[in-house]
Amino acid sequence: MAEIRLSRAIEFSTSLRYWNPELDAAANRALFGAKAAQHGHNYRLEVTIRGEPDPHTGMVMDLKDLQEILDREIMTRFDHRDLNRDTPYFEKEPATPENFVMVIRRLLVAALPPGFLDRLRLQEDADTFVEWFEPRGDAP
Amino acid sequence: MIALTRRYRFPAAHVLSSQRFSAEENERIYGKCANPAGHGHDYAVELTVTGPIDPRDGSILPRAELDALVEACVVSRFGHRMLNDDPAFRDRVPTAENICAVIHEDLAPRIADAGARLVRVRVEETRRNAFTLGELR
Repeated sequence: MAEIRLSRAIEFSTSLRYWNPELDAAANRALFGAKAAQHGHNYRLEVTIRGEPDPHTGMVMDLKDLQEILDREIMTRFDHRDLNRDTPYFEKEPATPENFVMVIRRLLVAALPPGFLDRLRLQEDADTFVEWFEPRGDAP
Repeated sequence: MIALTRRYRFPAAHVLSSQRFSAEENERIYGKCANPAGHGHDYAVELTVTGPIDPRDGSILPRAELDALVEACVVSRFGHRMLNDDPAFRDRVPTAENICAVIHEDLAPRIADAGARLVRVRVEETRRNAFTLGELR
């Protein structure tokens, strides 16, 4: 059977500031403007996995298992947390959605069966989202 | 690969009709959209850029730089205007398809100069019509 893509979305509320620790406070404010100050977002993360449905269950992956991974890897780490104070991921790089989606990618690649993760869409606010795609043979 | 998308809005008026066609043909092809007095929409535009993440600011393209380009080339150019009066639509009907193309033609080289690549332009003409130029893969 052909490969299927399956998407599951989660939402979490998180505080942060954009900050490059190699720069002083004035340079950070000049670079990031209002985002250098403490603020927060209702993030929405859409996770897409890709695989062949199991011939017996008809499922690529049990959504319950996928949700458990998302709860463990994403929700417990980030929901109602501060990206800068409560996680180790943004000590060296600013918590932009570009960097955040790459952190999420690392966590999910390690937690999912090999080759399953296909794409991520991280919505930071109503006007901004980032997408990450697994580079594959059919990519340009 | 990683891509950043930002969403912008502008209200604008237009008339769908072409000088190539007679008034009756325009009416037949474009229907109520051919009303010579015009009509308008709250357009939303989503622009998607790709490129390496700059380690200094953690961004594919600084938001302020992208926002300033889009403000100049899209929002203030088309917002609160009659699209048919814009030189880009002198010989092109201002359909949403052509708005996608005009925005891409204008912004792609400017975004390339800023170090990123404009890979997708999505124009929502109403909450029920969306048009997308370009693919991520």
